[in-house]
Amino acid sequence: MRSLQQTIALRRRQDRVFHVLGALCTAAGVLVFGALLADLLWHGFARIDWAFVTSYPSRIAERAGILAALQGSLAVMVVTAAVAVPLGVAAGVYLEEYAPKNRLTAIIEINIANLAGVPSVIYGLMALGVLVYVFGLGPTVLTAGLTLAALILPVVIVATREALRAIPRSIREASHALGATQWETVRWHLLPYSLGGIATGVILGLSRAIGETAPLVTIGALAYVAFPLPGPIRAEPPFLSFAWLDARFTVLPIQMFNWVSRPDQAFHANAAATGVVLLGLTLGMNAVAILVRSRMRKRIQW
Amino acid sequence: MVNLAAHASLHHAPARAIPPPPLAVSVVPGRDPAAVPGRAPRGAAPAITDVKLELRDFGFAYGSHRVLKNLNVAFENRKVTALIGPSGCGKTTLLRSFNRMHDLYPGNRYEGSILLQPDGIDVVAPGVSPTEMRMRLAMVFQKPNPFPKSIFENVAFGLRLRGVRRHGILRDKVEQALRDAALWDETKDRLHAPAYSLSGGQQQRLCIARALAVDPEVVLFDEPTSALDPTATLRIEELIESLKDKVTIVIVTHNMQQAQRIADWTGFLYLGEMVEFDRTEKMFTNPASELTEQYITGRFG
Repeated sequence: MRSLQQTIALRRRQDRVFHVLGALCTAAGVLVFGALLADLLWHGFARIDWAFVTSYPSRIAERAGILAALQGSLAVMVVTAAVAVPLGVAAGVYLEEYAPKNRLTAIIEINIANLAGVPSVIYGLMALGVLVYVFGLGPTVLTAGLTLAALILPVVIVATREALRAIPRSIREASHALGATQWETVRWHLLPYSLGGIATGVILGLSRAIGETAPLVTIGALAYVAFPLPGPIRAEPPFLSFAWLDARFTVLPIQMFNWVSRPDQAFHANAAATGVVLLGLTLGMNAVAILVRSRMRKRIQW
Repeated sequence: MVNLAAHASLHHAPARAIPPPPLAVSVVPGRDPAAVPGRAPRGAAPAITDVKLELRDFGFAYGSHRVLKNLNVAFENRKVTALIGPSGCGKTTLLRSFNRMHDLYPGNRYEGSILLQPDGIDVVAPGVSPTEMRMRLAMVFQKPNPFPKSIFENVAFGLRLRGVRRHGILRDKVEQALRDAALWDETKDRLHAPAYSLSGGQQQRLCIARALAVDPEVVLFDEPTSALDPTATLRIEELIESLKDKVTIVIVTHNMQQAQRIADWTGFLYLGEMVEFDRTEKMFTNPASELTEQYITGRFG
């Protein structure tokens, strides 16, 4: 029989082995991301300047810029957020606070969870059939925004429900015991207290949507746009213009793909630079999400 | 006193044992049921002349499980009534029936009626709005549950629900409620600080202020000191004493000393039935039921 000390030494060795193994696995993820970022920056960073961000694409690589794609991505994100946030939050609140806990609700919940796993290109096919052809919206900013809204809707719904579920029952009971209705409880307590979680979910959803390519290619987004989107503001009343909704467009990942697929090496630098911008946007959005979450956590504790 | 003897007489049986069997209930002979305070059989005038709440054959069930059975008790206006009994006896369930909290969850059923005087409205009648009942019968919970808002906003919420918008009125009412809850001196300089910056005992007094701000007729306390230390408990008890000139108080407590210290009336619930209901000093010095005596002397529960 081994002595107590020997047994302990053996068990401590096992502990150290897992410690090292775990660290290596973590490092693998970090290294891959680091290599990706370094490669992009290496090829693309030098190409980024003010002219690159403010120019339309061109046949001459050095003069080409991403303005059209930037406008397109921004416009599509506005539509996506404007549609997905109210729909997703309302659906999340309904499912969590109003819906009776029965079979039908359970089926709906499972379907929403499944929806989050549907490949994005399927959303593109759905949008092509329904939005582009049946409703005749065409391959426009509006169609793209609606498509991506459908794509991130499950994310927003799930984030809303998680945020609501984190609120203790005692808070709901306190509100009801004072005579608040269900809506007053939602409006004055549950929504304000879950705002951090909801905002985090929305931002993460949008940062996924901004990188989506497949569904937008499917609905017929352009790959080469050398003209601006119609502006949202005009001189005469009502001062707002929605012509941009009906315009054709491209977005950053499509622009990037377009440049990558060209034989001329100079365009590859453009693609890498676009990648840096896109990654910067995504990381920026995630950073905002983390910031919002930690600030809300500090302000609200149960 | 509503004891099992009284129930038994309704069932035309001389005596009745409550399970589990070792705890037999003795019958108290020779008492005139009409002279028994707290008892309010249908049609008969209750012994308490100034009644605030009156249970008539009240019962409550979760699904098929009957948690409360055949309760016939009256609660005196502007007095403190304590509900005692072992865990799971139904005392909190009864308390939460008064303000219809059970309506928030599915699968619950009320039986009989709870009359709220002076208008005699039946609190648990299907047509009666739970919201109205909750606005007339305020509740303080077991664990302090302030909203994650400022001290001021916590107290003002009930007023805002009633449509009070003018800041001057809100401020005056919030101040009055905080004074009534003995919290004003500690909070007057930091009304806009978060409620969670208060200590546990202060948070519970804030919850009491929140309940009082809307001038309720009844305040329901659900073991309000079980999460607090002895000093904070004492302050809450003093506060409850000071409130009874203004409101009717029903308090659920697992602490029999607390019931003796603050309650005018005490009801002992066991397995969903009101074993005994009497003046507190009578209940604790000379209980009519053997079961009550066993419980208050700590032999079970």
